[in-house]
Amino acid sequence: MEYILIIISAIFVNNVILSRFLGLCPFFGVSKQVGTAAGMGGAVVFVMTIATIVTYLLQKYILVSFHIEYMQTITFILVIAALVQLVEIILKKVSPSLYQALGIYLPLITTNCAVLGIAILAVGTDGFGLIKSTLFATASAIGFALALVIFAGLREHLDLANVPEGMKGVPIAFITAGLLALAFMGFSGIA
Amino acid sequence: MSKFKIFTKGFFAENAVFVMLLGLCPTLGTTTSAINGLGMGLATTFVLVMSNAVVSLVKKQIPDQVRIPAFIVIIASFVTIVELLMQAYVPDLYDVLGIFIPLIVVNCIILGRAEAFASKNNVFDSILDGLGMGLGFAMALTILGSVREILGSGSIFNITIYKGDGALVFVLAPGAFIVLGYLIALINRLTKRA
Repeated sequence: MEYILIIISAIFVNNVILSRFLGLCPFFGVSKQVGTAAGMGGAVVFVMTIATIVTYLLQKYILVSFHIEYMQTITFILVIAALVQLVEIILKKVSPSLYQALGIYLPLITTNCAVLGIAILAVGTDGFGLIKSTLFATASAIGFALALVIFAGLREHLDLANVPEGMKGVPIAFITAGLLALAFMGFSGIA
Repeated sequence: MSKFKIFTKGFFAENAVFVMLLGLCPTLGTTTSAINGLGMGLATTFVLVMSNAVVSLVKKQIPDQVRIPAFIVIIASFVTIVELLMQAYVPDLYDVLGIFIPLIVVNCIILGRAEAFASKNNVFDSILDGLGMGLGFAMALTILGSVREILGSGSIFNITIYKGDGALVFVLAPGAFIVLGYLIALINRLTKRA
């Protein structure tokens, strides 16, 4: 039950984009088409899960045991940057088809603040062991992918709509995102 | 480009938030009130000025292939300094801004200015550029925070303007998107870019 609660809360109630405001750059940057949005979402699920596992182990066995917790920010960002490179190289060798699908989105993920943000949140939450942290990261990333794909679908339709001159482009995209966030707030009743 | 122009372009012509749409996560996440927006803006300005200065000083020593990781280490060092300073001297603000302080490190404005400006210009110009860009960012955050605070809780910088509850939605997540959308539309109208 506890695990289900973590999953539901990370995907819907505390949606990483619409409620925590993390990862907004890709949210507005790669949400013009549903296809690319799904690709980006898949890449984030992959990287965020691995990044959280690695940073969790690093925090527990190196930073805390040597009492250098203040090095967290520097260590985590370097590990994530290196990890993204590593994932790219391994994926290219092991699964060329997956690499083809995710390839161009991987370098963009280093600067996705959601990955660093979720890693910091996961190690900072009391009572989160390795399994719960991993689950939390995967569910958050699925929430990210879900919001991204829904928003891309909305924007595809928005292109056809008759929008007032001054609101075209970015402003209407923000207001659409606001309404989407309003819709997601309805889920807060679950928790 | 004149020194004056280097400083002022961050406020209007190349404003990070309203024109370039960079650094959106802290922009939306921390502007629940004017004072929070200002605090976040000033913390970012400090990191931006210091990292621009250091990047500009060591730009000749850093090999081209590893410049991005090197920039990130420089930025992350200053972010850690800000984090510790804020924890010590403004603990209330530190608690409110929370996760967004370590996340200054992935703010695209800072890496963007290091890459686009500081790695090509001298130290003085880089500091000016960082100061202008940073204060422009702080200005944008303060405006957004003020609007949300006025509409949402009827006050500005904690000074009550009107009694009553206000529209809570503007303090919550959806209000952030909606207010920023309208502000950008307004600025597009003023600059006649739209």
